[in-house]
Amino acid sequence: MNVGFVIAYIVLAPFLGALLDGIDRIISARMQRRKGPGLLQPFYDLGKLFSKEMIAVNNVQLLLNMSYLVILVIAGAMLFAGADLLMVLFILSTADMFLIMAASSDSSPYANMGASREMLQMMAYEPLTLLVAVGFYLTTGSFQVADIIQADTSAVLWMPGLLVGFMFTSAIKFRKSPFDLSTSHHAHQEMVKGLTTEMSGTTLAVMTIAEYYETVLLLGIFCLFIVNSTWWSWIAAILACAVIYFLEILWDNACARVKWKTLLYSCWIVTLVAGGINILILMLIK
Amino acid sequence: MGLKFQKFRGKGRNTMTMIPFLIGIPVVLAVLFPFVRDSKTRGYLVYAGAGIVMTATVVFIVSWISGGAQTWMLYQSTETVDHLMTAGDIFLMCLIVYMSVKYKRVLPVLLSVGQTALLLYTEFTVELPEGPHMTVDWMTILMCIIIAFIGGFICIYTVGYMKGYHEHHKDVKDRQPFFFSMLFLFLGAMFGLVFSQSLIWMYFFWEITSVISFLMIGYTKTEEAVNNSFCALWMNLLGGLGFAAGIAWMAYMNGTVQLLDVLSVGGEVPLLCLALAGLTKSAQLPFSTWLLGAMVAPTPSSALLHSATMVKAGVYLLIRLSPAFEGNLTGIIVSSIGGLTFIMASMMAIAQNDGKKVLAFSTVSNLGLIVGCAGIGVEETVWAAIFLMIFHSVSKSMLFQSVGATENTLGSRDIEDMHGLIIRVPKLAYIMGIGIAGMYLAPFGMLISKWVALKAFVDSGNFILVLFIAYGSATTMFYWTKWLAKLLCFHIPRETVKDVTRKDEYVSMFFHAAVMLLLCLLLPFVAMWIVNPIVRELFGNSTDVLAMSVLETMAIMLVSIFIVPVVMFFISRRSHRELVPIYMNGINEGDNRYFTNSYGEKEHLYLSNWYLRFEFGRRHLRIPSIIAAAAVLVLGFCLVIGGAL
Repeated sequence: MNVGFVIAYIVLAPFLGALLDGIDRIISARMQRRKGPGLLQPFYDLGKLFSKEMIAVNNVQLLLNMSYLVILVIAGAMLFAGADLLMVLFILSTADMFLIMAASSDSSPYANMGASREMLQMMAYEPLTLLVAVGFYLTTGSFQVADIIQADTSAVLWMPGLLVGFMFTSAIKFRKSPFDLSTSHHAHQEMVKGLTTEMSGTTLAVMTIAEYYETVLLLGIFCLFIVNSTWWSWIAAILACAVIYFLEILWDNACARVKWKTLLYSCWIVTLVAGGINILILMLIK
Repeated sequence: MGLKFQKFRGKGRNTMTMIPFLIGIPVVLAVLFPFVRDSKTRGYLVYAGAGIVMTATVVFIVSWISGGAQTWMLYQSTETVDHLMTAGDIFLMCLIVYMSVKYKRVLPVLLSVGQTALLLYTEFTVELPEGPHMTVDWMTILMCIIIAFIGGFICIYTVGYMKGYHEHHKDVKDRQPFFFSMLFLFLGAMFGLVFSQSLIWMYFFWEITSVISFLMIGYTKTEEAVNNSFCALWMNLLGGLGFAAGIAWMAYMNGTVQLLDVLSVGGEVPLLCLALAGLTKSAQLPFSTWLLGAMVAPTPSSALLHSATMVKAGVYLLIRLSPAFEGNLTGIIVSSIGGLTFIMASMMAIAQNDGKKVLAFSTVSNLGLIVGCAGIGVEETVWAAIFLMIFHSVSKSMLFQSVGATENTLGSRDIEDMHGLIIRVPKLAYIMGIGIAGMYLAPFGMLISKWVALKAFVDSGNFILVLFIAYGSATTMFYWTKWLAKLLCFHIPRETVKDVTRKDEYVSMFFHAAVMLLLCLLLPFVAMWIVNPIVRELFGNSTDVLAMSVLETMAIMLVSIFIVPVVMFFISRRSHRELVPIYMNGINEGDNRYFTNSYGEKEHLYLSNWYLRFEFGRRHLRIPSIIAAAAVLVLGFCLVIGGAL
């Protein structure tokens, strides 16, 4: 079964991610009372990117971006193979490191600022992701994803605070406003396109596909909160993911981008309040 | 303690005769250096000396392992040596008093006279039973490897470095013979320290390291150097006072001065006194100032203080004591100070742009994690602590050396000036990059240790430490990543620089880089052959901490870090591409270095890192963190002493 999951992830995740992106665009357009693109627009975009002539600012960016993609796929595959959640998160950070290196390798002002902000964003969300892993460990007695999904009750019953915190900080990972400081889906910010300013054609396409893998990986972690040993919990988990994704889109459209200080402090405080107290209670009663 | 006390016989006798050699060889060399005025001869002598120390260590370890790798308790009756050491203690006290009077300081005199008097009084009034004075076990062996190889290669590096150093710093008086004497004496003292089982012996070597680091920090004799060296002196002497108080308590209350007896019968007071000594030496809050000030000395001394000696002595003592920390107040004090230091130092590191300062803060921070692990005192945390110590030694030594070499080459150790180092001085950039990766990236051992530590903190129910490690690892990531990103910027340099790094410096740095990569590849074996035996010795019997599934994970991580980029390199190379200038709002000046400013003139592009000075600066965090740590310490002492009386 695990092998099936892994293969499904590796093969289907980019398609699922692109579809989600398409849905995202449609919903966002409706919220802004415009027509917006079709559902398959992300696929056309990718096709276009791949068809472009290869131009680059240096010789390492593509290599670093491809490493980002592959390491992200490894992290996701480990999650869906039921491996250690903490390791998955560590590898996820390592993958992100490659993206930062790719952006700063070009010595470009906008990309460098984007890379710096990406580092800051990592610093903002990392404490909570670690606490989420600790929460699963306290709740189910294991860091192994395979054990977590076999629990008798859903983990969310024990860790609602961590779920709320994770929803809050994952806006960073989804690159949603108000936390899309380093780069956003829309090229109209003060830093042009931040992190991805110097990426074009194939390089940008690779980065976009990696982001799709990442979206699915994050939704997988959200599923862990819900899934237990019963079959219907899977359906509940998928529904919950849909709701969470919708909420992120809603938040994206309702909020303006914040300054970095607000981002860092709000994430850290939410981590401390929602995550910390949740962990404390778990430690006391488990 | 489930240790086997084995009388040495047969091969053991060889081992016994070898220990004085290990301590003696560096000391003899140290005595020789002042008489060698010719720099070439001195260089060869250093190479030979380092080589002999390393060879002797290898021979020693081989003979110990072939002798059955049992714990050996050596030297039962040692009256003459005891007297010599007493004389040595008095000599050190006189030296400290002399130096303090010369530079008009009071505090070191009080501390030094106080502790020496306390120790001598104890020695002459209490009749102590004879017991083994030295031990050889796996922990000692590990420390010997670190001291001999990391320390030895630092000595080799120093030969080339000091030439470059004095070319740059004409104002500093050339006192190289003295410097080399101190380096080797340090190694000798460290050997003595890690072999000692008797606390009185250990105290003697402990004091030597304090005094040598004081002398090394003051090498340049500038006002700043003198101030910082006295800061290091009084803080370490305070620790020494704690050490002496611990010895006195053990002698009067328990009638023994064996380190192992502190663990079994000591109770909390001597434990906390010794822990204080360990905390000062490993530069934990509130005593971290001395290590940060120690950077005024030439880089090799920083490399030595941070990696192979000094701070490792503090950590070594705490790891030795760690089984006794489990579940008591002393353990809580030690682990909370460690945890606090871990997060505070990593936050302060963000605001630094001086390469050596970042390294110093990161040492303090990492040692905090090690101390936190030791303070919990269960098998997993001590396992993690030992691992952290190994990786920290190698990568910190490598980083200091590469920063030192970069400073000699670029004339600056500012991280801002290392922009695009990979183009300008690629070899140094690679070495620095490996060192940085070793400090925080998967799959290097630091991360594995952090993983184990986090799990163990959760298991031991220590909520605060879990929070500290969660936030602390995020801040740690930030300051390393921005440094790494700075190195890897592909930027055409304004002026080319000539790499003035000498061959012996590269030999040492390549050795470290190779060791780092090997440690990473052979991590499971390091765990099985070195770390697990140590934990087994400290805790009697132990289960293997690193489960097999983790090893599989490790393999995956290795693939992701080493193999993926290489494969991607070859794939991406096949694609044909056209290089274009970067985006600068359409006001590029042809190449990527200049843009047109608002006066229509050519302006150089300058990219700076992000330091968050106003949020994470030292001036905001230093005082509160020192107060918090000092409060924990004082409160802890009150509670422990109150509980014992």
